[in-house]
Amino acid sequence: MTVSIIRFGGSNCDRDAERALSHLDIDAEIVWHEDGLPADTTGIVLPGGFSYGDYLRAGAMAARSPIMAEVRDAAADGTPVLGVCNGAQVGCESGLTDGAFTTNESARFQCEHVYLRVERDDTLWTAAYDEGDVIEIPIAHGEGRYEISEERLAELEDDDRVLFRYCDEDGEPSAEANPNGSKHNVAGILGDRETVAVLMPHPERATLPDVGPTDGQGVLRGFESA
Amino acid sequence: MTAYTATVTVRLKHGVLDPEAETTKQALERLGFELDSLRSADRFEIDLEADSSEAARERADEMAERLLANPTIHDYDVEVDER
Repeated sequence: MTVSIIRFGGSNCDRDAERALSHLDIDAEIVWHEDGLPADTTGIVLPGGFSYGDYLRAGAMAARSPIMAEVRDAAADGTPVLGVCNGAQVGCESGLTDGAFTTNESARFQCEHVYLRVERDDTLWTAAYDEGDVIEIPIAHGEGRYEISEERLAELEDDDRVLFRYCDEDGEPSAEANPNGSKHNVAGILGDRETVAVLMPHPERATLPDVGPTDGQGVLRGFESA
Repeated sequence: MTAYTATVTVRLKHGVLDPEAETTKQALERLGFELDSLRSADRFEIDLEADSSEAARERADEMAERLLANPTIHDYDVEVDER
């Protein structure tokens, strides 16, 4: 099994993801987008960064690159796909997940540690946690505000598709704990299949013990069952 | 075939927060201007050739649908002029 980490021009968390997965003994390799998806791919990471310089909208260009058609096919076949930060923006732009991540309410780039409440513990991305757990993971984005119509968000919530919400230390998803103005404090959501997930916070930056909290490990362990 | 310029204007849907526009408004106020509100939009000017203005519009519409606008947050309009 090999997790393919797809590198676009401007990706910059691809090596972080590779190192974090290696630390968890999960086989992973970086794949240049023009080379296409390797046949032995058993999982896919859309990494963070600034693909195509965020031209037009963050993730807009990468979402329409040819490899994304292969990613969508793989996702439809049940291959686990995780989009992180710019990868989450690519995921929404490509239709893998609903909604859009757009300019932070502050109109600023924000780089800080945040708390997330685990909304479900029965997905492969969250099996390591219990529902309601509060985990600490860093964010680093200028366009992370989750935007979607209230009607569609209500449908997603009814379907239990919200995976993580920004919260305070006690697990309360308050306005103060919402770093970017995301609707209903949404930090991460699931696609049509629960094997597809995107989130703005960086689990790969909260995996190696040398760099701080390791609460992100559980998300990446989703690839263990792939 | 006739040469046209299709102008696609992409703006945020009503009700979608525009923090950059708000920041711009505040900067204008700091410069001493009085204004009630400010909206920003992206404008794309696309030169193309088509059999008719309808065909040019249709192509520009599809460009907006598939790339220039994100239907989750944007509305757009298209104007076509002969060039």
